[in-house]
Amino acid sequence: MKKHFGGPAICLDRDDINTDEIIPAKYLTEVTKEALTPYILEDLKLEGFDPRGQKLKNSKVVVTGGNFGCGSSREHAPWVFEVNDIHTVIAESYARIFRQNMFNCGMLAIELPKADIAAIIALGRDAELEVAVDLPSRKIEASAAGKSLSFSFDISPFDAALVDAGGWVEFADSRY
Amino acid sequence: MGKTIAQKIFDAHLRDEPFPGAKVLDLDRVFCHEITTPVAIADLEWRQKDRVFDPSKIKAVVDHVTPSKDSKTATQAKILRDWARRHEIKDFFDVGHNGVCHALFPEKGFVRPGFTIIMGDSHTCTHGAFGAFAAGVGTTDLEVGILKGVCAFREPMTIRINIEGTLPEGVVAKDVILHIIGKLGVNGATDRVLEIRGSVVDAMSMDARMTLCNMAIEAGGTCGICLPDMTTVDYLWEFISDDYASKEAALEDYSKWHSDADAHYEQTLTFDVTALEPMVTYGYKPDCVKPVSEMKGTRVDQVYIGTCTNGRIEDLRQAAAVLKGRTVNENVRGIVSPATPKIFKDAMAEGIIQIFMDAGFCVTNPTCGACLGMSNGVLAEGEVAAATSNRNFNGRMGKGGMVHLMSPAVAAATAVAGVICAPADL
Repeated sequence: MKKHFGGPAICLDRDDINTDEIIPAKYLTEVTKEALTPYILEDLKLEGFDPRGQKLKNSKVVVTGGNFGCGSSREHAPWVFEVNDIHTVIAESYARIFRQNMFNCGMLAIELPKADIAAIIALGRDAELEVAVDLPSRKIEASAAGKSLSFSFDISPFDAALVDAGGWVEFADSRY
Repeated sequence: MGKTIAQKIFDAHLRDEPFPGAKVLDLDRVFCHEITTPVAIADLEWRQKDRVFDPSKIKAVVDHVTPSKDSKTATQAKILRDWARRHEIKDFFDVGHNGVCHALFPEKGFVRPGFTIIMGDSHTCTHGAFGAFAAGVGTTDLEVGILKGVCAFREPMTIRINIEGTLPEGVVAKDVILHIIGKLGVNGATDRVLEIRGSVVDAMSMDARMTLCNMAIEAGGTCGICLPDMTTVDYLWEFISDDYASKEAALEDYSKWHSDADAHYEQTLTFDVTALEPMVTYGYKPDCVKPVSEMKGTRVDQVYIGTCTNGRIEDLRQAAAVLKGRTVNENVRGIVSPATPKIFKDAMAEGIIQIFMDAGFCVTNPTCGACLGMSNGVLAEGEVAAATSNRNFNGRMGKGGMVHLMSPAVAAATAVAGVICAPADL
């Protein structure tokens, strides 16, 4: 089933946030996605960021820097976002396996140039940030404190088909 | 225009191209372990599609936490074990026969030049040492691989890495790959295949080539890949001698995968290693690399020798050569995990285990163990480890711990001194 995208956003203003920071290896002993819910971003040390805080709890979008999700192949990283209702990540770039895992789960890993990411992060610095995603027209609108910014993005036709299908299992099962 | 080895493997395995640039490949191998496979199995059951595309092409092992340490890890192992039995997956390796997947599966002869291989483990790139396209994937890719025998990839762009010159005494594959990652950066090879070749690679054993390819992912690479040669054939000969009249015939067949002379590379980088020193990481990213000489004197609490990067017999020999007649510093805990039962047995036969134990090392069973802080050898907050593994992320070996990556010989010297140093410094 196709997921819902966009909503209140949290900014993680750093490059190279890795899968161990997103979900530490000690929780990989869980065999259901739901069991991961409380451990989201538990080991991420970032000024002003609280992994147990209300801001993360309310968020449905993550905005971050380059090479997001580097490290392990663990799909527990996209899953921990999924079970916390975060279906959209907007980053300057991704590690390959993390990006593929996002689309394979029917979620969105959007890439924007560094300057656009910086503009969104600046916009959300002292105000509640909201990101609306218009998937058919490949546009996002970031708004905070009455101001808003629009950006175009692109995703490959294959990745778009995975999002439409709800994930790679659904796509592959109907085709192979 | 000629083709690279990766392009040749893609062409030979292309099942479908549903959209331009999206290549769906037939798989020769789907490797499975107990951490990332159980959720795929559970999802297949939930979808009422609990099937496997070909049990002879699926290989499974319990390796990350073994023997199981608690109820949860016991459940993970049980899910994998029951599934392997249910689907008659003959090559399933459990307690007593298991070891680190990326050391065990090559040793069993499961990897061949020209193969396509996936596993729910980022260090699957290791198997590229045999001239295979081997990529780490998530659980959903693994699930589709198990069910349908296919996986989708983007067109592989290749960075050619030439390693030339002469390796100085005591400088090994681990130092070379750390140096290369330091130059490429942690995302310098994202979505790229690293074709690792040159006279230095030609002279390397399969163990050393696996160390090189193992860390391709630390530069973001999809796969590290070496061209198959007589060293590859020699390693595989016990498994392929029925298929070929001679080693020369096998080599000729495998040569069909070699990159063409006029193949297109996105980038070609040449490293002369003649003046390379033993290398070590600092900080929390594997591209934070310095010569050991610049980190000399850094205190460590634990030394870990093993893992899919450096837990093979050649690695243990190099460490033992340093440890022979010496003892581990009183402030250091030394742990060694031979990567497979065969490596363990060979190390015993060669007297290497004796050397480790005489030096004061704790010898564990073959397992991923301390590398990812999931079972034994976890660091306490503020502790520092010297490790032959591949990742130094914050918290990797235990919350609040620091990991310095290095070669087995440097790790052994560090264990003796209690501070980071090269064997020559002892």
